[in-house]
Amino acid sequence: MPQRQYGPATVAVDEEGFLADFSQWTREVAAAVAKEEGIAELTPAHWKIIEYMQKEFKENGQVPSIRKLNKSGVTSTKELYALFPGGPAKKAAKIAGMKKPEGCV
Amino acid sequence: MKRLIILGAGTGGTIMANLLRKRLARADWAITVVDRDNEHYYQPGFLFIPFGFYTKKDIVKPRSRFLPRGVEFIVAEVDRINPAANEVVFQDGSALAYDYLIVATGAEIEPSETPGMLDGWRDTIFDFYTPDGAEALAAKLKAFPGGRLVVHVNETPIKCPVAPLEFAFFCDWCLRRHHRRENIELIYVTPLDGAFTKPVASKALGALLDEKRVQMVTDFNAERIDAAARKIIGYDGREIPYDLLVTVPTNMGSEMIERSGMGDEFRFLPTDPNTLRSKKYENVFAIGDATDVPTSKAGSVAHFQAEILANNVVRAIEGRPLEPAFDGHSNCFVESGRGRAILIDFNYLVEPLPGRFPFPVFGPMSLLKPSRINHWGKLAFRWIYWHILLPGRPIPFVPARMKMAGKKRPAGVGAMPGSTK
Repeated sequence: MPQRQYGPATVAVDEEGFLADFSQWTREVAAAVAKEEGIAELTPAHWKIIEYMQKEFKENGQVPSIRKLNKSGVTSTKELYALFPGGPAKKAAKIAGMKKPEGCV
Repeated sequence: MKRLIILGAGTGGTIMANLLRKRLARADWAITVVDRDNEHYYQPGFLFIPFGFYTKKDIVKPRSRFLPRGVEFIVAEVDRINPAANEVVFQDGSALAYDYLIVATGAEIEPSETPGMLDGWRDTIFDFYTPDGAEALAAKLKAFPGGRLVVHVNETPIKCPVAPLEFAFFCDWCLRRHHRRENIELIYVTPLDGAFTKPVASKALGALLDEKRVQMVTDFNAERIDAAARKIIGYDGREIPYDLLVTVPTNMGSEMIERSGMGDEFRFLPTDPNTLRSKKYENVFAIGDATDVPTSKAGSVAHFQAEILANNVVRAIEGRPLEPAFDGHSNCFVESGRGRAILIDFNYLVEPLPGRFPFPVFGPMSLLKPSRINHWGKLAFRWIYWHILLPGRPIPFVPARMKMAGKKRPAGVGAMPGSTK
């Protein structure tokens, strides 16, 4: 399993830099991943989404879909794209220390 | 007398009726299968209709013909499941009680989920996931003078995730044969970051798109469609103009699941990925596209699940613990044009890899590489579907759980967890 330096910590990651082990995630790791993804600073709006995703992930073992986030009342698809430009589900999952969303296979 | 109800007589429901009628004593168990109509479509055939290889009548047969004797078949609209009372309520208000229930209601397209999509529906916007849509598209393609043909996946998960790729490959091939390729620009638009979800297959299939001069637009999520201006507008502000849009709209489970209050945000039934029992109700099971399990929504998956699900339903009835045996096994032929097809075989943990199938070295099929024999395999599959798959007979040399033998992981790609030998 490859290792990566994210901020102060060295963590195990997959080929695309997603954390292999959620328990190695810290807020500092999140900030470092976010920087690499082009998000200079994680604001309270970002954290609200990250925390919701982590709660869902712990409960169901699955990264919530954009549709689920949009329906949750926590955020909207539009806001997700503004906060995590590019691929929000993927980017937010990476910052939140979760595996790459499965989507379809 | 106890009763097992199967909702849906598609691939999964029909196989379950056939397997369980043999396993449950007729004196003790009634089996009732419910569907809203009596038309069973061979869904892999939809792809071939827009190109004139098949028409609707080539791929439809009565559902009742594939159900075994000793099974009651009801054609009716179900209003909802009432899991607290263990009953299925029909739209006329009548109810039927069950001891065990199998949900096999599949997935369907929902174009109304994307604002503006229905404005251009079957005018400049078409689907090929319904028999009528595929036929309408056949007529449209024949008369299409040229321009930008956009193949679009709106949102994942979708049924048969490789179908839109096959559509693009077929388009290139057919247009070339008719000397129309130069007038038509082919564009493939996907919410994924590549041609497929998993890296090895994504690379192989992406290279094929490239070879066929199909431009790929990735990470694209449609916010709305402006049908009058003929463009798709993304959440990130990108706009994709089209002359003809062939879309795979958002796929969702049956509305009945939502009316029953049993679905997730896609109306899929939360299902244990290994035992196939509902996560919430002990006497409810699910199979095929109706579940939320993280593998492909495909007939092959329903087929592999069926044997394991039949065992688990019998175990539940006998009060024994369920077996967490389903590994996410999926197997698809991907038409790549020019009389060739690619075969992929994978599960929850092992992504599609190159190699030979079903036997190492001898094959005779190649994995993740276009070959003629794979194409013949796909064509032969229509017969196999009606005569071997639906009756619940095993397909020779292709067991329910995925085999690692014959598969090769390219150098530089991680280990192979989760295989069974």
